[in-house]
Parts: sequence; structure tokens; C-alpha cells
Amino acid sequence: MRKKRIRLNNETPFDIINVVFMLLLMLLILYPLWYVLIISFNEGRDAARGGIYFWPRMFSTANYLAVFKNGKILQGFFISGSRAIIGTFAAVSFTGMVGYALGHSHLMGRRFYMTLGIITMFFSGGLIPYYMLIRNLGLRNTFWVYIIPAMFNFYNMLIMMTFFRSLPKEMSESAQIDGAGYIGIFFRIVLPLSMPIIATMALFNGVYHWNDYFVAVLYIDSEKLLPIQTILFKIVAESSAANMLTQINLPDVVAQRQITSESVKMATMVITTAPIVMVYPFLQKYFVKGIMIGSIKG
Amino acid sequence: MDKPRAVVHVSPRKKTFFARLMEQWPLQVIALMGAAWLIIFSYVPLPGIYIAFSNYKVTEGVFAGAFVGLKHFSEFLTDKNLPNVLINTLAISGLNLSIGFVVPIIFALLLNELKNLRYKRMVQTISYLPHFLSWVVLGGFLISWTSEYGLINQILFQLKLIKTPTYLLSDENYFWGVALFSHLWKETGWNAILFIAAIAGVNPELYESATLDGANRFQKARYITVPGIAPTIAILFILQSAYILSSNFDQIYVLRNTLNANRSTVLDIYTYRIGIQLGRFSYSTAVGLTKSVVSLILLLITNKVSERATGSTFLR
Repeated sequence: MRKKRIRLNNETPFDIINVVFMLLLMLLILYPLWYVLIISFNEGRDAARGGIYFWPRMFSTANYLAVFKNGKILQGFFISGSRAIIGTFAAVSFTGMVGYALGHSHLMGRRFYMTLGIITMFFSGGLIPYYMLIRNLGLRNTFWVYIIPAMFNFYNMLIMMTFFRSLPKEMSESAQIDGAGYIGIFFRIVLPLSMPIIATMALFNGVYHWNDYFVAVLYIDSEKLLPIQTILFKIVAESSAANMLTQINLPDVVAQRQITSESVKMATMVITTAPIVMVYPFLQKYFVKGIMIGSIKG
Repeated sequence: MDKPRAVVHVSPRKKTFFARLMEQWPLQVIALMGAAWLIIFSYVPLPGIYIAFSNYKVTEGVFAGAFVGLKHFSEFLTDKNLPNVLINTLAISGLNLSIGFVVPIIFALLLNELKNLRYKRMVQTISYLPHFLSWVVLGGFLISWTSEYGLINQILFQLKLIKTPTYLLSDENYFWGVALFSHLWKETGWNAILFIAAIAGVNPELYESATLDGANRFQKARYITVPGIAPTIAILFILQSAYILSSNFDQIYVLRNTLNANRSTVLDIYTYRIGIQLGRFSYSTAVGLTKSVVSLILLLITNKVSERATGSTFLR
């Protein structure tokens, strides 16, 4: 107790203001999310009456049950999950392997490969020619439109290559003397030493795949292949329209029906966000490092 | 006798072309796969920009349309929507580039002043959290928070700051504000990472000698920390200003609606709408191409400026 008081006396007014300010900042970030969470756990029609600030007024898990009973939404989660897992694995392994190959200074044609990639960072054919490419490749309305076009990213390749090149060469060289091939060295020596960059890239790719809604908007017509974000996007667009309807005073019936589903919408969003929110604090120390590597070379 | 042979093995320059190729064939296979991907997904669409100079029809091939030269470009430059679209783009990018750029720096500086390391780490971890929300989810939250009976209106009403609630996204005058604040809320913590890292890289001896000279914390922040991270600030600012014609498509696309379209239609949205939704492929490609060319010129200029100002470039 005494110790604490002494420390408090050492704090300047600025320190106290700063600590309180940061507290308010965290509140500003967390409270809106908490609000969403309690609305999602409150009975729908009751939540629509407003006035819920700290705790659900009529606690209910009905909204979540409604989400889990909805086949379309469940299918969306399944697509998103498969996409995140397969897409992340494909992107990190392919981009990483190419980064490993291009990281060798004695690779023949290295200059050509690098130039080929750097040019793509500044020129693109634009949306319409790209759309036609996807269509001509037969990727429209297939699951692979999520995976293959996102398998490689030259910028990420540069970051991974930079990391691989920063590893001490002695280990690879001694393994080579012991008769290991390039592939063996990659899997047995380079990969185990590169977990920070692998984790960073996995997180970035995983978040991209889990959060993306637009690829499906452009290339998918079949309802069965829609990821959860695209389904949500459609729900959000509808509720945005409904909000506008209430604004211009259309019959309450329309608004009423929309408002009851507001809590279900919130429940879906909570479930959509939960996996990432639970994972990222554990990967934090990696991605901070990863961003810095990227900024040094990028 | 084994060792010298192994040394020859790791310095392949002395071998013939074919022997070198054979020695590194696994690497070549991987590199070629990467090159193949790049050619298919980045180079094959490139000739497609021809449709910006022709009258492309969906039913025909890419090169079947009649060549019309710069018709679509001149049409774009005289488009009556162009001034409004440009104003929206520059206003939203400008807000992000000014306020949206300064706030993370201030956040990083204040975070640096926190003495309790565990508290500091907690603040930092929570500040990243919104970055991981998708714009679809955040858009849904924002529509709910800004709606007539949503969080923001309720709080403002309770505090007696407003008399009648309004759905913020239905009033075009609030759109830029909503775009800026949602961007700040989502990305401030994330964008501060580089500044926090730069602050950590400032030589601690400078602080020690400043303390001996009797400098207080504000003086140390002002005369050591800020100059110490100035190169980082400069290069990030210059880099971001090259993208002033680009917007956060996902953010704007989720938040826009017909009632705020007047202030929310930015160049990227406009290109998408006229292209995909209205089917004017040639015109849309011409608009996109114009934007790319301007952006590339801006990037080359800002790269030169960065070279002059900080001695470092991001293009090699």
C-alpha cells in the first residue's frame, strides 16, 4: 500500500492525464464492440426499444440460435473457413518458396525474375481486362477463384525473400556440404528459422481471406459458394436501405421487420469477428516484427 | 581431400552454364512457377487496356472493337461528374493524409510516455483490435451506431447535444466526417506501429545526456524523439501522398448509399460503377488508366522528393 502511494507521488500530472487519456481511448475502442455484443445477446424486439448501455436487458441466445439454424449462413462460414485455411496455406507456401528461390544470389536469371515482378507493382490492366482473364480461365463460379489469384504477391515475396537472405548462410552451407539439396535445406533449416515471417504472412493472408467480400461480388453467382462476408455485405446493404426507408418515413411495418433482425445481424457479425479477435493477440509479437521488415525493404 | 571439392560445389561460378543449371534446377523450377503466375495474372490482362482506346462490346473479343483513339479520355475529362468525383476523392484522401496521418504519430508519442510497461502493452494490443475487423462488419456496426436509434444518436440525445436524432449516413454533409472517424477508429493503432518502432530505435544515449543537461520530458520529446522519427514520418507521408487519387474502396463502398452519393462517390467507386454496374467497359478502363498514369507520375515525383529530403528511396 505504502509502496503504491510513493509511486503515485512520483507521477507528474501529465502522467496521470496520459494514463486516463489512454483509458478513455481503450473505452472508445472497446465500448462500441461491447455494445454490439450485448445487443446480440438481447432479445431482438426489446433491443429495438433502445436504452441498453451496459448489460443485456432481456438476456437471450435466440439470436445466435437463429444464426446457427440458418443453412445459408452456416454454409458461408464453411466457405470462409475453407478459403482461409487453403488460401493461406497456398499463398504462404507458394510465395515463400519463390522468395526462397529468388533469395539465392547465384540463381540464374535472377535479375529477369525480379524485373518481371517489379514491373507488375506499377502497371496493371485494370478491372475489366482482369475480369475477362478470370472468366477465360474458367475460374468464375468456382472455389478456386478465391485461392489461385491470391496465391502469389510480389510485395510479400520481397519481404519473405529479405528475411530469408538475412539468415546466417553458414547453416545452409554446412547442410549443403553434408549433401542436402535446396528443397531439403528449405524445409529443414530455413523454414524452422523463419517462423516470425511465416506467422506474419499467415496472419495477413488469413485476415485477407477471412475478411474479403469483394472477390465473390465480382466472380461468384452461385449462392453456395458465397463466403460469410459477402452474405453479410448483402444483409448490411439491405439494412442500410431499410434505415433510409425509416428516414423518409415509410410504413413502420418495413422498419419493424428489419429492426427485429438487427440483433440477429449483430450476432452474425460477432461470430464472424470472433476467430480473428481471439487469434491476433498471440501473433502480435510476430506481426509487429513483420511490418518492420516490410518497411525496411519495401 | 573431401573438403576442397565441397568448396568448389558451393561456388558454382566456375562451372559451365549447363552444369550450373543442373545444379540449381529445383530453384529454377520454383522461380519459373512464380514467373508463370506473374505472366498469367499480371501480364496477360495488360493488352486488355486496348479497350480504353476502342469501342469494346462484351459479345465481341477484346481486340474486335473499332479503334477510337482518345475519345473516352476526352469524354472523361469533360465528364460533368468529374469535378464532384475529384473533390470527393481529394477531400477524403486529404483528410486521411492530414488528420489521419498525424493522429497515429501523436498516439505513438503519448504511448511512449507511459511508464508502466504492462499497461503500455495492453493499450497497444487493444489499439490494433479494430484493424482486424472487416469493413463489411465495421460498416454494419457503423450503420447501426449512426442510425436514428443507434448508439451515437442515443448518447448525443442523452447529453442534450441534439434535439432530434438523424441517421448520419443519410445526410451527405456528414459523410466525410464518418469516413474520417471510422478510418481513425480502425487504423490509428495499426498505423502507429511503424512510428512506435521508430521511437524504439532512437539512440537511448541521447535521452541520457539530455537528462543530464536538465531537459524535461516535453523537451526530450520535442528535441530528440520527433527529430529521431522524422525520416520515418517523411518517407511514409511522401509514399502515402502518391496514392491521393486512391480511396479505401471497401470502406466507401460499404458506407455509401443513394442519399449520400453526392459526397461519397470517389474515383474508384465511379470507375467501378460505370464499368461493372453500367457496363461501359471502355470508358471505365480509360478512367482507370488515367488514374494509374497520374498515380505513377505522382509516385515517381514523390520518390524524387524523398531522395532529396531523406536520402532514402522506396524504388530501387
